[in-house]
Amino acid sequence: MENWTTIISAKSKWYDFNLRELVQYRDLIFMFVKRSFTSQYKQTILGPLWFILNPLLTSFISTIVFGGIAGIESEGVPYFLFYLCGYTLWNYFATCVNQTSVTFTANAGILGKVYFPRLVMPISTVIYSAINMLVIFVMTIITMIVCAARGIEIHPNISIVMIPVLILQTAALSLGVGIIVSSLTTKYRDLAVLVTFGVNLWMYATPIVYPLSQVSGKLRTCVLLNPMTAIITNFRYALLGIGSFETFWWGISLVITIIILVAGVLLFNKVEKTFMDTV
Amino acid sequence: MSDLAIKIENVKKKYRLGTIGGATLRGEIQSWLAKVRGKEDPNTLIGTKGQSGDEFWALKGIDLEIEKGDRIGIIGRNGAGKSTLLKILSRVTAPTDGKVYINGKITSMLEVGTGFHGELTGRENIYLNGAILGMNRKKIDEKIDEIIEFSECGEFIDTPVKRYSSGMYVKLAFSVAAHLDSEIMIMDEVLAVGDVNFQRKALDKMSEVAKSQGKTILYVSHNMSTVRRLCNKCVVLDEGVIKYQGNVEDAIQEYLKVPDTMQIHNTFENREITDEQFNKKIRLLSLDLLDRDTNQIEAGEKIRFNLRFHCIKAVSRTYIRCIVSKMDDSRVGTAFSGEITGCAENIVKSVDCELDVSTLVEGRYGLVIILFDGDGSGYQEKYDMINNALVFEIVNTIDRPVYGEWDHTNWGYSKYPELIIEDKT
Repeated sequence: MENWTTIISAKSKWYDFNLRELVQYRDLIFMFVKRSFTSQYKQTILGPLWFILNPLLTSFISTIVFGGIAGIESEGVPYFLFYLCGYTLWNYFATCVNQTSVTFTANAGILGKVYFPRLVMPISTVIYSAINMLVIFVMTIITMIVCAARGIEIHPNISIVMIPVLILQTAALSLGVGIIVSSLTTKYRDLAVLVTFGVNLWMYATPIVYPLSQVSGKLRTCVLLNPMTAIITNFRYALLGIGSFETFWWGISLVITIIILVAGVLLFNKVEKTFMDTV
Repeated sequence: MSDLAIKIENVKKKYRLGTIGGATLRGEIQSWLAKVRGKEDPNTLIGTKGQSGDEFWALKGIDLEIEKGDRIGIIGRNGAGKSTLLKILSRVTAPTDGKVYINGKITSMLEVGTGFHGELTGRENIYLNGAILGMNRKKIDEKIDEIIEFSECGEFIDTPVKRYSSGMYVKLAFSVAAHLDSEIMIMDEVLAVGDVNFQRKALDKMSEVAKSQGKTILYVSHNMSTVRRLCNKCVVLDEGVIKYQGNVEDAIQEYLKVPDTMQIHNTFENREITDEQFNKKIRLLSLDLLDRDTNQIEAGEKIRFNLRFHCIKAVSRTYIRCIVSKMDDSRVGTAFSGEITGCAENIVKSVDCELDVSTLVEGRYGLVIILFDGDGSGYQEKYDMINNALVFEIVNTIDRPVYGEWDHTNWGYSKYPELIIEDKT
């Protein structure tokens, strides 16, 4: 028998996932990241400054609404810093989910003309959004320094070494959720609307605008089952030293993340073969 | 067995006609509820029953083996399944049934400039487009100068492509595609880009790349002359099946064939004349090939035929214009008659004609007959015209020339009398 390099067949197996091919296309991932960056910020006045403005404004408004008007506690740190810290990862998560969930529909033009591993697109989206997130992260640290200089006590601690893991997990989780949704939106367009809405609701199920300590009883378990909760809580603990480091729930959250990511990749892999016929 | 680049086994592709599913989740639930309650589905078109009738088989079982280094032209009418086949081969969509085996790196150019972004400069777009087409950065680095030079856009290479003219844009896009390093290339009409010179350059480049580097090429086009120039084999698709595969000229003939035209007796009596430019004073009735019992004519011979036409109104004179054309309607040459005396009203005239087709080379040709009158100033009064009034084939069964088979692509369709040589050494 001859050595075929590629075999195209009608039916594909669920576990038929070609990681090596994805690695071969790593240059393309970075080209897409670069394309997104250039296309978004060429011919704008503030350029990448928009990265910073958005979370700052959101945190500022949250300070007024949730801190000032609603009077929700923030465990002793300034409201602004409390929210900014929460939004750093949440914003990343929300952006990734929203953008990867339209992978197929938004890129039907390219995807219908040429083959490359389709996962390249959502992965490049997640990497591109990471730039955004890192800028906000730096903003958070600057705010911390400013606060510390003013004599407010902030206690970053050794669990700070876990932050890269937390960031990676956020990326993985949002990628998983995003590609599951994008696989489904090839057939049901209205899911895309649901996603924006759903992500907004999801935020309130995550301790962003309130600390975890404010939730108790069964509700607390529910909130902790949300994989983003442990991520945000641990992130805040590491940076600001408030709340607690939820080791057990973080473990659960990691397991959920892996399940969602694997399920997402498999589903995506299944759908990518024929999505052009239904999109 | 020789080296195969692609082996296609019983590939089928089914599409569902009309709306695909309910398109929205709500629609799907609506349809499902209706089915449960035994009511008519509100999302199907009125008058259609169920989903089973709404299927369309774009490909109905394709078997094809392509050897390494082959340049295959895929031709066929719109909707024959050409593009679907290419999409399956380039893995944009999966087949419904069957398998494709591919040996070698494959890239598809179903469109030039896929993924080009207006804000990026020409150079950046080369990298982006190259990466989309499967080249890594290092390979592009090696070829970038060559690509820029070929694109003729050197001056503007660091300008965003949104400022490019559309011609420059496609030239640049094509240049990237032409410098791919893959062993198998799939192209869908992409050679028709840029101005005439660039098209020629593009075609030459592709031919050269294919021949010198032994690339396998699959090329879909409606432009027979590009197929002739580029391809060495051809596949004719028709309604999802392979109708013919083999050499290019035969395939093109197969594709363009008007059924049952190879007749000795051709009548045109029962036809509707709709074309306004003919004034209906004369109607052609029939054309009969004389002295022969077959439409196959040995190369070097002349043909004689009888033409009958009906003068509906009286005309003083008429001329015959007799155009020899290829089956794809490209014209080979034209013979004019001298003046033919006219006739009175309602008379049927019959004339015998002799046409010297001795310079024509092997192949199938059609005769277009036009009756007209002219005064030499360029003005012509056209009486009647028949396309492919006679279809005949030139064969060469006797002469075995030293050059072997006639190369239509490079030598054309006329073989002039032998070059007279006087040896002066």
